[in-house]
Amino acid sequence: MQFTSIAFLLFAALTLFFYFALPKKMQWGVLLAASYVFYLFAGARYLLFIAYTTLVTYLIARWLQARADAEDAYVTAHRETMEKTERKAYRAREKKKRFRILTVGLFLGFGLLAVLKYTAFALSGVNAVLALFSPARVAVPSLLLPLGISFYTFQSMGYLIDVYRKKARAEQNLAKFALFVSFFPQLIQGPISRFDSLASQLFEPHRFDGFRVRSGLCRVAWGFFKKVVVADTAMVAVKTLIGNDTKYSGVYVLVLILLYSVQIYGDFTGGIDITVGLSEMMGIRLAENFNRPFSSRSTKEYWRRWHITMGTWFTDYVFYPLSVSGGMQKLSKFSRAKLGEKIGKRIPVYLATVVTWFLTGLWHGAGMNFIVWGLLNCAVILISQELQPLYTRFQARFPRLTASKPWEKWQMVRTFLLMGLIRSLDCYRDVGRTFRLWGSMFTNWNWGGLFDGGLISFGLSWGDWAVLLLGVLLIWAVSRQVGDTPLRERIAKRPVLWCAVICGLTLLILIFGAYGIGYDASQFIYNQF
Amino acid sequence: MKKKVLGCLCILLATALVLGFAQALLQPKYMTSAREGALIAEYYNETDRSHDVLFVGDCEVYEGFTPPTLWEEYGVTSYVRGSAQQLAWHSYYLLEEMLQYETPKVVVYNVLALKYGEPQSEAYNRLNLDGMRLSASKLRAIRASMTEEESFASYLFPLLRFHSRWKELSAEDFEYLFHRDRVSHNGYLMQTEIRGGTSDITPVPLTDPSLPKTSMEYLEKMRLLCEEKGVAFVLIKAPTNDWKYHWYDEWDAQIAEYAQAHDLQYYNFIPLCEEIGIDWSTDTYDVGAHLNVYGAEKLTSYFGRILVSEFELEDRSADASLAAVWEEKLAVYRAEKAQ
Repeated sequence: MQFTSIAFLLFAALTLFFYFALPKKMQWGVLLAASYVFYLFAGARYLLFIAYTTLVTYLIARWLQARADAEDAYVTAHRETMEKTERKAYRAREKKKRFRILTVGLFLGFGLLAVLKYTAFALSGVNAVLALFSPARVAVPSLLLPLGISFYTFQSMGYLIDVYRKKARAEQNLAKFALFVSFFPQLIQGPISRFDSLASQLFEPHRFDGFRVRSGLCRVAWGFFKKVVVADTAMVAVKTLIGNDTKYSGVYVLVLILLYSVQIYGDFTGGIDITVGLSEMMGIRLAENFNRPFSSRSTKEYWRRWHITMGTWFTDYVFYPLSVSGGMQKLSKFSRAKLGEKIGKRIPVYLATVVTWFLTGLWHGAGMNFIVWGLLNCAVILISQELQPLYTRFQARFPRLTASKPWEKWQMVRTFLLMGLIRSLDCYRDVGRTFRLWGSMFTNWNWGGLFDGGLISFGLSWGDWAVLLLGVLLIWAVSRQVGDTPLRERIAKRPVLWCAVICGLTLLILIFGAYGIGYDASQFIYNQF
Repeated sequence: MKKKVLGCLCILLATALVLGFAQALLQPKYMTSAREGALIAEYYNETDRSHDVLFVGDCEVYEGFTPPTLWEEYGVTSYVRGSAQQLAWHSYYLLEEMLQYETPKVVVYNVLALKYGEPQSEAYNRLNLDGMRLSASKLRAIRASMTEEESFASYLFPLLRFHSRWKELSAEDFEYLFHRDRVSHNGYLMQTEIRGGTSDITPVPLTDPSLPKTSMEYLEKMRLLCEEKGVAFVLIKAPTNDWKYHWYDEWDAQIAEYAQAHDLQYYNFIPLCEEIGIDWSTDTYDVGAHLNVYGAEKLTSYFGRILVSEFELEDRSADASLAAVWEEKLAVYRAEKAQ
């Protein structure tokens, strides 16, 4: 069931009705039932996978909790008789045991994701190696990829690690835990929520709050606008440009980079707006996933503003643990001894960064393009870090220039284009092909053709361009409305204005949206991850 | 509070009006091109719905039978509710709807579309369904007709289908925003051009000689509906000389057998072309696929004789008020033919 389908609108309306009409103690039950019905629409067989992840995570977390409780009880019981060092040693032993349990949980959880998502990619790699030596090939199976598996697996595994770290207590009620894993608004494209911030909101009763409903609906409508009017209009051109790259090389690669940036921004932030808005209507506040990413002045800043919950997930559960792991400590010592303090201390941090970005790339998809995408992001961040002293000197030399608005804008444009360039690996898929097309921007100087009918040759009419341009301007203008109170809440406080905004957005979506026959059915890009 | 509610109501009303206006503007008008699209809706303009004969079927009926000729020669009133690629279920639901408005003496169904057992194309569905007024028959027709890519809601709110036409609006869309011109003569779409010829391509042999089960089920439903209403149900196959519209002997035998089993009249006009007087060098506008007005008049004249003799249709030309209406229709018909 697509978020932007009539079926979903009816489904969401019905869910909201039952959510508020039934007794409050049944609210979480309504959400659980709705979430499983929603998932059922994707295919009954997919339920098996989400049920597996739910059950495995639930049981392992309960096991971890039981060990942790026993450990605490033992320490409390023996507080008087145990020495501090003895207690520390006992806790360390117990932690090791819990770590083994966690490892089993992570293996079972990520194992399913790895098998379903990466088997074909891994075996294709094996075949590529085999091809160098013999004609023998391994059969590559075609496995189904359940909807949203990357999101719910990461959310579940994050919870497991939190329980291991004693940051969260394991949920006792399996049905309630099932809701945490399957909460339908965020099931297929995030945000990746943390148990400690989401669970209590899901389980506690919420009264109907007209203001929250108005504010949430405003955000849902805005999400629809971004997705259906802006992202899907751009998609028509993006598809044509990608599908005909021999014809559309040179300057058209730049056009693709710009259009794909618009598409993915409208698509992903639009989807998140629908998710957050719908949750808000139910009184549930989800984590924000974006914070004006295209106004970032550096790659590092960009990644603090784009897909925030994924970034923090990798930071908290991969980068930090890896950086402080025993192996890294040893490597740090070794590299400092061999390469000196200055270079040596960088080695473990950089290695952890590379591993984190490699995994981030892999999370996005099973393909070399995603791995290269991750590693290029990593390279840009590390190079920027290495060049920091140079920037500092430059700033000191030209303080007025580097503090000026044009300089700030230049940094934004530079970051936007750089991120767009790297992101185009997601479009062309084949790494070699992408690099060739990047090269063509400098070798195939076809700017003339662009303004000689070229701009309307890949699926966009002048009318579409106008809609796209005005849509982007509107998004930009709205994104600038930052303040203590979000714009939608300011609108929701004034019912007549709110009504006008909802009606206006509905009209714009219905008339200028890229939907229905004549447009390819377009699912959200992040549903595929 | 009162003010706020009133303000919201005004906005909602204004939105509904804008949506209504946008829908009217963006829907295709079918006035200057693809005029077939306007045929289905024209039926509702009929002031006198006491037709003796109703025709249903695909292009072969709205290009093959001219109600003005039937009136002029036999004093028989008729209406052709034909449309482009009108499939069996379209015909059934259109007939069901018409029989709510009137009870004719004879219903004539052209059997060519029985060869299709599944919905064919969204574009033709639109030509068949968009013109229907909202009714239970229309809702059932939509359900039966939709291809996989279509949505039910887009038939109820055509704006959902035609919203992207804002990029291709023409003067026609504004001119016919709130009204339509007549394009047919009681459902007959006149073609005066002469483009004679014959198809020299041999039709490919059939892999499965039987007509699809679904379309035969709808044929049976039409028969039962007519039986229930006490209306004679007649099957015909209009003449054609194009291999694309070839009517295979196997299909012909199947229909003949069906007609015999249910005591229906079935007229296949293909072997009767010579007797009817059809000359494929002058009586077609598209090299034998369909008849032009000259061919249609010959066929109507021939079939009118059968209708009058077999179904005892009386000559109503003595009815002064009816005659006045039909004389007007004839005048318009003659004028267009003379152009």
